[in-house]
Amino acid sequence: MSAVPDYIVREDHHPENGTLLGFWIYLMSDLLIFACFFVVYAVQGRSYAGGPTGSELFDLPLVAMNTAMLLLSSITYGFAVLKMQQGQLRGTIGWLIVTGLFGLAFLGLELYEFAHLIHVGAGPQRSAFLSSFFTLVGTHGLHVTFGIVWLVTLVFQLKRHGLIPENRRRVMCLSMFWHFLDVVWIGVFTFVYLMGVL
Amino acid sequence: MSASHGHSSHGDHGHGDGGHPPSTFKGYMVGFILSVILTVIPFWMVMDRSISDPGTLGLVLLVIAGVQVVVHMIYFLHMTPSAEGGWTMLALLFTAVILVIVLAGSVWVMYHMNINMMPGHGMHGMS
Repeated sequence: MSAVPDYIVREDHHPENGTLLGFWIYLMSDLLIFACFFVVYAVQGRSYAGGPTGSELFDLPLVAMNTAMLLLSSITYGFAVLKMQQGQLRGTIGWLIVTGLFGLAFLGLELYEFAHLIHVGAGPQRSAFLSSFFTLVGTHGLHVTFGIVWLVTLVFQLKRHGLIPENRRRVMCLSMFWHFLDVVWIGVFTFVYLMGVL
Repeated sequence: MSASHGHSSHGDHGHGDGGHPPSTFKGYMVGFILSVILTVIPFWMVMDRSISDPGTLGLVLLVIAGVQVVVHMIYFLHMTPSAEGGWTMLALLFTAVILVIVLAGSVWVMYHMNINMMPGHGMHGMS
């Protein structure tokens, strides 16, 4: 006993790696950023400055479609994780690509919505309501964009190196990121769109 | 993975193997179906206007959203009190506390400020 240094012996339980916990803490700090934008929207969301209101601008069927895209991408990412746990590389990559396509569909619909709003003169500079709207929803959209960039990178990593421990860890981190974005979107569609048209 | 492990009362995600229990198809599907239901109901309520009072409807929407967030946390993000030795849950709770303070505090303060700054409203009545 005395021959073995204490600091090795004492370390009895330890997560296999701290990356996932660290990534979770990053997500929590990201959540605080979103919280700040939600707060701004909560305060300024009814300051129309004589301009258009949410009930005049928001197209709920489009938002419902957007929500469906993101929710479907969440479940397909889940399938990718399941395939990875079964050790099936092709299945993992396939479901990741499907997830990315749903993400792209989400982004496409969101960009279409933004372009439409700006076209009818309801751009971010129109009123405090629209500034806070574009900031909050745009930040979420940016996160989805970078999520897709990460996803494409990961697909190439998987193709080159297969299901090595590093790639498994990356798939799990992106999984957390992706599902986290879906959780934030629940807040967006409820607080911004649905409550905005009331 | 088998469903016959000891503590079935915790559901399929209750392994205490120090972090990341294997996900299950069933878990994802349950989460997905619950999410679809909890998404369709609020959209339907708003489009159909089954509750006419905006305040009540808004409150109902927030409650449903809260439930769906919990569903996502459990079935998609696999949050359990024991994951990573409880540190993820601790970080989440800490963030939630900050979030509630910032959100509720700002709305509360700004609401009263708006009322009191309204021209010809209440300024003289305040002592």
